[in-house]
Parts: sequence; structure tokens; C-alpha cells
Amino acid sequence: MAKVEKCSCGNDEEGLLDRLEEIIISFKDKPGALIPVLQATQSLFGYIPQEAILKISEILNEPLQKVYGVITFYSFFSLKPRGKFLIRVCLGTACYVQGANEILTALKQQLSIEIGETSPDKLFTLDVGRCFGACGLAPIIMVNDDVHQWVKPTDVKKIISSYKKQKEVKQEEEKNGY
Amino acid sequence: MDINKYMQFIKNAEELQAVRNTLLKSKEYNSEKVFICAGGGCIASGSMKIKDAFVSQLANSKLNETIDIMETGCLGPCAIGPVVVIGKDDTFYQKVRAQDVKDIVEQHLIAGIVVEKLLHPVDEQKISKKSELPFFKNQDKQVLRNCGKINPTKISDYIAAGGYQALSKVLSSMTSEQAVQEVTVSGLRGRGGAGFPTGTKWSFARKSQDKEKYILCNADEGDPGAFMDRSILEGDPHSIIEGMAIGAYAIGSSIGYVYVRAEYPLAIERLQIAIDQAQEFGLIGNNILGTGFNFDLEIRKGSGAFVCGEETALITSIEGNRGEPRPRPPFPAEKGLWNKPTVLNNVETFSNIPLLITKGGAQFAETGTEKSKGTKIFALAGTIKISGLVEVPVGTPLRKLVYDIGGGISTNKKYKAAQIGGPSGGCIPAEHLDVPLDYESLNKLGAIMGSGGLIVMDESSCMVDVARFFLEFVQDESCGKCVPCREGTARMKQIVDRICEGKGEMKDIEELEKLAATVTNASLCGLGQTAPNPVLSTLRHFREEYIEHIRDKKCRTAVCKELIVFEILNVCNGCQACKKVCPVEAIHGEKKQHHIINTDLCIRCGLCLSTCKFDAIVKY
Repeated sequence: MAKVEKCSCGNDEEGLLDRLEEIIISFKDKPGALIPVLQATQSLFGYIPQEAILKISEILNEPLQKVYGVITFYSFFSLKPRGKFLIRVCLGTACYVQGANEILTALKQQLSIEIGETSPDKLFTLDVGRCFGACGLAPIIMVNDDVHQWVKPTDVKKIISSYKKQKEVKQEEEKNGY
Repeated sequence: MDINKYMQFIKNAEELQAVRNTLLKSKEYNSEKVFICAGGGCIASGSMKIKDAFVSQLANSKLNETIDIMETGCLGPCAIGPVVVIGKDDTFYQKVRAQDVKDIVEQHLIAGIVVEKLLHPVDEQKISKKSELPFFKNQDKQVLRNCGKINPTKISDYIAAGGYQALSKVLSSMTSEQAVQEVTVSGLRGRGGAGFPTGTKWSFARKSQDKEKYILCNADEGDPGAFMDRSILEGDPHSIIEGMAIGAYAIGSSIGYVYVRAEYPLAIERLQIAIDQAQEFGLIGNNILGTGFNFDLEIRKGSGAFVCGEETALITSIEGNRGEPRPRPPFPAEKGLWNKPTVLNNVETFSNIPLLITKGGAQFAETGTEKSKGTKIFALAGTIKISGLVEVPVGTPLRKLVYDIGGGISTNKKYKAAQIGGPSGGCIPAEHLDVPLDYESLNKLGAIMGSGGLIVMDESSCMVDVARFFLEFVQDESCGKCVPCREGTARMKQIVDRICEGKGEMKDIEELEKLAATVTNASLCGLGQTAPNPVLSTLRHFREEYIEHIRDKKCRTAVCKELIVFEILNVCNGCQACKKVCPVEAIHGEKKQHHIINTDLCIRCGLCLSTCKFDAIVKY
């Protein structure tokens, strides 16, 4: 499968569209190409922009209606841009019986957003997940690919600020030309 | 140290044996080892930092030439991770922190004295040997035989442990019919949930004359509370590849897909490494081991839809569509992926295949019960002392899992129920703790074996709320294609919501049972057909809790928010802390006077309870 690197600038969607076109063409003759192509699009842009949908439909020769139908069926695809950090609260059974709902409430309060929304600074998107298979460490939340285990509602503030800091450090490094 | 340097492209069975012999004799293979769990759970608990600490400590002590660090797959006891095992004397260390590594190296590896503070305590005793700990002693690790012993990113480790010998045996000495026969004799049943005999499934597909056939591995482990497939994918991925290659040979297929859920990035990464290595050394691809058998394998990533764990939905998803199930018959063995004969088994089932071929079907069948053979992996979670991954012979009593292996309940409350089988399963109450965990016995109690997720709940869990939780889950994940599932589960959830809010009526219970029967009988796929199970099983074993919610407007566990009452006791000294945090001004009282909560205004947020420093507030 083609590896798609996340764009670090986040602005140049034009350039990304060209890159996407190459990816779609590389998948064109493979059976069942639509979903791998959409996965590549999602990881390239962080969401699936309308221009991308048009391009995919045209090159793969799939009706727009089908492409849209597939996107909206799967929870990993998003039609809206997501924040830099996707926070997913596990609501699997093990996490649920050990207080995942309270963590979700705390996150909503801290970030002042609801499930599926993105914070105004575009840093955090809040979502829920149905079991990440780390039940031995329940309750857990995932921030992008990081697992945070045994989370208590009171930990939420610290977790959020650690990611805010990460972002600041990165910006500082970029400014200094690292 | 890298034993991959002994690897070469393997052209036939003799060369496979020769490579294995070289590996077994190598200096690296026979060196002293420190095993560090690199399963998903231990990584999350920081095992990579432990590894780095070992690397530098061993180098400092000039032991890096003689002692090898092995990053292994999941050892099992996730709750007490990161875990480390010292190979030479089988010492098991729990909850290791980076600063403990110096002690392990200097005290144990150099001076030979066990570091007591890192041992796992059992009834105030400290047992050092892994094999003597109840958690391990009471298990029978067959499918997980390599998890915790080999590095999953090195094919050489798998080959040294006897890997790909079963494939070699099948390709060089068995016909496809014999291979299917061996699986049939073993009595192996699908480990994904339904328990369909694997041999029967394979023989249907084998008999088809179609030239194009497919073999699929269902690694879309969506049941909340189940993580055995994840651990096999992460800890012993080659066993899945080998099992699939054997299956492909048996049914006459040359292309396989593994459908892995996107929630498991590490599993995808390690499986891809394994596939690439198997290809590089000739164990999949064209003309495998010089026998003329071809087999290619590709990963397809899921995109976050629970229903795709259903076989026809999974197939539809690989084809590039919305993952909606289709009616059966025709069954996939007849018309599956791209309308071609297809065999679909889950991860654990495939991982059993090399084992049963090596042992022989008849010997494999010696473990287990009359109708369910072999071992089963369970994922223990919830309020249990050692949550993690365990493997026992099918038919082992639930009590043994919860108490002997899992160490019992982690809180000071009593066992209430174990939820087994996820959203399709049910709850086992205390009076049935001795139920043997096999397909038939669990069915009799209204639960299912499922994929093996086992969530232990203590008395603080409300069983009506548990039923509501699962209904919400299936409601959310129902694909919407058929009405009974889409609408039926929605109506059932409305009723249970009502009961949890104290607005239920006695006739609601009957209504729930009626709806459940319709949803079970009329839904298109397994998701819908089994969706009412959590409600039916809690109604069967915990009916009095439903009645309390409806008749007495009471939730005995104080979980159902609308039924909770907060009260301030006489010990209140009037510090006003609760009054200040109450967001709806429901608390009244003068300074230094006993405060009172106005229940009509109270929104049961619990802020007062967590704020009170004098334990003066109770909820019930």
C-alpha cells in the first residue's frame, strides 16, 4: 500500500491534490480500490475535501453518489477538517464499566466542544471509539496514535496541556530552523 | 544481535530445516536473554523506555555482548505491565520503571540476587518464577505459544521456534483433501464467535470447481472487550500467515487478504513486516518451497465500522463498498469475494492451524470438551486484579479464569457478573461461576463464547445500564440496511432508556421481550440477530433489577443518574464548599449550619460529592 506522509504545512491543498492524483492512478486497476484511496486521502489531507471526491470519482470511474456513500458509512472518514490531535475516548465495555463516560464529560468541559467537533484553535477534535483493544488498561483514551491508560477525569487537563505544549515546542523548533 | 543474518531465500523443505538447524545452533540463539513485553498494553505503559534503559545499562556493565534483549509480543498480564522476564532463571518482574533497570542489571544479572520489590505478590508471598505464578501456571498456552518468547518482527525467531514447518509438511506430504481432513478430524471450530466447524467450511470451498478462490482473515476484532486477535497480530503474525497459506493450499486458492481494523496501527505495522519477510525468504509468493504452490497475501485496512466483522459485510467492504451485509445463502464458500468461492476465518482460528497440523488432528482433539476442541484465548478485563490475555482449554470453568488466573475482583466488592461475547453475548451471574466455557454450556445460559472478551463486573455495575450500553452500541453500529435491526434496536433502547430514567412501566419488560424476538428472528445478519442478547440475558439473570427500576424507581448501584438521590448527612459542618460548586444552586444552608440539597433542582452531577472533604455527602 502506498505510504502517504502527512503534510506538515497544512495549507497547500493544491500540491496535495496533485499528489492525490498520482495515488489514485497507482490504485486505478486494483480491484476494490475505492477504500484504500479514501484512506490515503484522509491521511493526506486530514479529511476528505470536495475536490478530492470529484477527482476520485472521475479517475476511478465511480459515481459520486457511491463515493459519498462509502465516505459517510465509515467512521474513519471525515468530510470536515479535523484538529491536529484527534482525541478518541474509548466507550468499549471495559472502559465504560470503569468510568469512561465521566472522562468524556470532563473532556467536553475542558475543550468546550461536543463529540465530533473541533476546538476553535484547530488543535483538538473530540470523538468516541468502540474499543481499541487495550481493555487491560481501562479506561483509556487515544490521542492520535498514543494510548493514555487508567485515565481519571482529573487527568484530562494535564493530558490536553501536554499536547498543547508539544505543538508549541514544534513551532519553536520550526522557527529556529530545525 | 541479529539472527536474521542466518536467513536466506528458502527453496525447499530441506533448506527450511537447514536454516532452522543453523539458527538453533547459532551463538545468538543460545545467548542469555532478557524478555521485554512489547505488546500494545506494555508499550502504552512505557516498555520502550525500559528497553532503552536495558540497552544502556547492559552496555555500561559490558554485558551487551553476552545478554540479548528480546522485544516480544504480549505476555498476558497487561494490568501489571510493563513486564520483564529474565530468561536464565525465568524470573518475572512486574510494573518495571526505567529507574528499576539498574537494579535488575546490577543486582540480578551480575550478582545473581532477585530484585524482590519488582516481584508479583501472591497472597503476601513473593514468587519469582513466571512458571510458578498462578496467572501462568493455570494456563495452557498453545496458540499463544510464541507470544512473549519471540520477536514478532523477526522471521528467524519464528523459524527457530518451528515456524513454517507445518506449511512445509502440508505442501510436501499432503493432498489438499488430506489437509482439509486433518482440520476436520481436529474438531476445530471458528474462534470468531459462531463456532462453525472449520474443516466443514474448508471442504465446501475445496469442492468448488472454480479456478479463482479467495482466503480471507477476519482481523476486524470489533467486540468491545476483546483483544486476543490484536495480540496475535502483534505478537506472532507469522502464525497467521502460515495458517492462511495452509488454508489456501487446502481449498485451492492463491490469493489471500487480511482485513485488519484501522484501530490497530501496531498490528498492521507488524503484520506488514511479517508479510514482507515471508515474501523475501520464499515462504509466500510463487513456487513456495519448490512445490509449485503460489500464494500472495495483502492487508486491507478497515475504516471503522463494527458491522464489517460480519463475513458478508467484510467481503462487501473489501470490494470497495459500504460494508453492508448480504443475505446468506449463498454462503461465501460458494459465492464470496467478487462472487468467487471464499473462506473466511478469524485470526485465532488461522493461528490454530499450524499447531494442529504439527500435532496432528487427532492429538489436537485431545484437548477440550467433547464438542469443542482445543484451547481458547480470553481477554480478561473489568474489575479483575490481573486483566490481560489468557489461554485455557475449552471447557475450563469461569471461576478458574476469574479467581485462579485473574486473581479475583480488584475492588473490595463482590463478583456480580461476567459479560462474555460482547454485544452478541450475555452476562453470567455468580450462581453460574462454575459454568464450563464451551460453546454449548454458554448458549444454555443465554451467553455466547463469542470471540472471547470477558468483562468482569463487581456489585457497582447496574445490569440495566449494561443492557442500555450494549443497545446503544448496536444502535450506533447497525448499518441500517434491514428494518428489524435498525428500528427494533432503536425501540428497545427507547424502552431501556425510559426504565433507567425511572419512567418505565411493568409492561415494558414484556414489550422488550416481544421486540427482542422480532429482532432476533427477522434481522439480516448476525449483528441484528444477536443484538437483543445482552437485554435478554440481563432480564433472565437480573430481572429483579429491572423491576426495582420500574416499580421502586431505584437503581441499587446508583449508576442510573435520574434515580440517584444525593443527601447531606449530619456530619456537615457548613463549610459551604458544596454550595459554591453546585452549578444549579440546589444546595442551601447558612455558614456553619447543616446544608440541604433540593432534590427537585439537583441535576445529579456529583460535583458536591467530589468536593466535600468531610465525607458528609452520600448518594444512593
